[in-house]
Amino acid sequence: MSSQQRHIDVAGLIIALLLLALAGVVWWDMTKLQLLSPYDVGPKAMPVIVSIGLTVLAIGNGIGALRGNLPDRERLDWKPIILILGGLACLITLIAVGGGFMIGTAILFAATSTAFGRRAFLVDLLIGAVIAVFIYLLFAKLLTLSLPAGPLENLL
Amino acid sequence: MEAFVSLASGLSVAIQPMNLLFALIGVLLGTAVGVLPGIGPALTVALLLPITFKLDPAGSIIMFAGIYYGGMYGGSTTAILINTPGESASMATALEGNLMAKAGRGGPALATSAIGSFVAGTFATFGLALLAPYLVDLAVRFGPEDYFALMCVAFVTVSATFGDSPVRGLTSLFIGLALGLVGIDILSGQSRLSFGVPELYDNIEVTTLAVGLFAVGEALYVASRRHVHEEKLEAVRGSLWMTKEDWKRSWKPWLRGTFYGFPIGALPAGGAEIPTFLSYATEKKLTKHPEDFGKGAIEGVAGPEAANNASAAGTLVPLLTLGLPTSATAAMMLAGFQQYGLNPGPLLFAEKPDLVWGLIASLFIANAMLLVLNLPLVGLWVRLLAIPQPWLYAGILVFATMGTIAANPSPVELIMLTVFGVLGFLMRRFDFPIAPVVVGLILGPVAESQLRRALSISLGDPMVLLQSPISATLLAIALIALVLPFVMKGLGRFKAVED
Repeated sequence: MSSQQRHIDVAGLIIALLLLALAGVVWWDMTKLQLLSPYDVGPKAMPVIVSIGLTVLAIGNGIGALRGNLPDRERLDWKPIILILGGLACLITLIAVGGGFMIGTAILFAATSTAFGRRAFLVDLLIGAVIAVFIYLLFAKLLTLSLPAGPLENLL
Repeated sequence: MEAFVSLASGLSVAIQPMNLLFALIGVLLGTAVGVLPGIGPALTVALLLPITFKLDPAGSIIMFAGIYYGGMYGGSTTAILINTPGESASMATALEGNLMAKAGRGGPALATSAIGSFVAGTFATFGLALLAPYLVDLAVRFGPEDYFALMCVAFVTVSATFGDSPVRGLTSLFIGLALGLVGIDILSGQSRLSFGVPELYDNIEVTTLAVGLFAVGEALYVASRRHVHEEKLEAVRGSLWMTKEDWKRSWKPWLRGTFYGFPIGALPAGGAEIPTFLSYATEKKLTKHPEDFGKGAIEGVAGPEAANNASAAGTLVPLLTLGLPTSATAAMMLAGFQQYGLNPGPLLFAEKPDLVWGLIASLFIANAMLLVLNLPLVGLWVRLLAIPQPWLYAGILVFATMGTIAANPSPVELIMLTVFGVLGFLMRRFDFPIAPVVVGLILGPVAESQLRRALSISLGDPMVLLQSPISATLLAIALIALVLPFVMKGLGRFKAVED
């Protein structure tokens, strides 16, 4: 890339600002800690190091963004991202309200599969449900791990 | 020879039927999952960690070692047949390997990579067994300040020295270090960065972070650029076997690759990229068939593959003797040890010699199993590659979420998984390396406690870090490794050899 084509990278600047915000949160959290023992540098030392480091790196990333040093990126397709995150959100909500994991898992499976271009949502919902039953039996019966149960899981 | 006695007793542990079974399950799972495009050994171990924590520790760790080696084999199969290496360490293999597959010589390419991996793995595991006792002797003399300095070296080399951009590498590392602060500080009992959320008091699970970054992040990334990137699977045509000529052209690259891979892997520098590309460049220079390079030269597969496996075994040297992970996979292995309350390092060699030497001995067994199983089963692995992409990623996400809530049955854990997934997606998109985040999370709290121990022994005098000769030397190395990439642009340009 020649120097004339370089322009300020807005996404890079946002990354720098986010890093700065993270540094600020780490610092703010540190100020609430108390030093208890005089013989220990205490719980504050590491957050201070991390916060300063993040600040320096935020500046470094900011300079990189101003120079347009970030790697080239392709156009982003938002639809699949929203589908997958939506599937995860369904699963989390269902588990939070006590609906068990199976329905949520089936939805996540079908949503992800749709995100990758399949056009058979109902079939995939069914496949996802079968996989969920299989995993439930494997985890709960063979490995003695407990998964959050809802009305459906209690039938098994 | 102390090492051989220990190794023999380790072998008696490793050949117990249950442990052999664990090793077999490990290599099969490792290869199967490693073959799947986009899944490396680090994610394989991370996915399986939460569901194995009720199993026997020795058996599980032997299984993880099998997964580790199996994942390498699987990764190179994918690199050769689809040219989308799941991890950067297989990139050099993919260069010539995929060309060989396109030219109808996929069989010999797979064979030389399997046999080369076996040769390299065997030599490197011997190296590990011979080197470990010396390093353990050295490590017992380390004080907390020396450990802290050693971790500084690892932090810098993993993130800054050899990456594409030291700033982006260090940014990843510090994100990991910040995540490592979350939870209750053991020494003072105060909670940090927990914001009153009870699930955050017990620290961030390394597995949740790794699965989020690698599995969810990868799924989001691949889905978002499906329109630009199509994968093409090369069929394995013709004979699987190597001709006499192939053998003649392969054996020297295998040995040279091992020679590059093991020492570089064993140094706390991390990453198998450097030895694989060094090996590739060397073979390109030394070959008697320069006309084949660019059309599928067998030397260009044999060397890098050997280097890759040798460096994987080399990475176990600092991991087992010093408790120092220098790659994402090693970090997951460390998490595996910690899950059973075991801390790799000199103490573990003293307290649980059976376990450590049993693990090392089972590496030989895993390696031999892979050689015997892999070539006959190559048809099965190729069929795994043919799983339709939508189901593959849907299945990965389902397994990832189930494993996460099985370990910590709480929606908050799943929210964290999703957040780390988005983080992993953004890091891929903006080309931030991922391994430093994982290493930072797992090693940050350890480094902090060593620093605080050192400073409480010295009554708060920071000069203790410079008064110990070991620590002073290591800190100087860390400083040089930090400054060097800024001064000499291009240490990370080993990738340029592909042009």
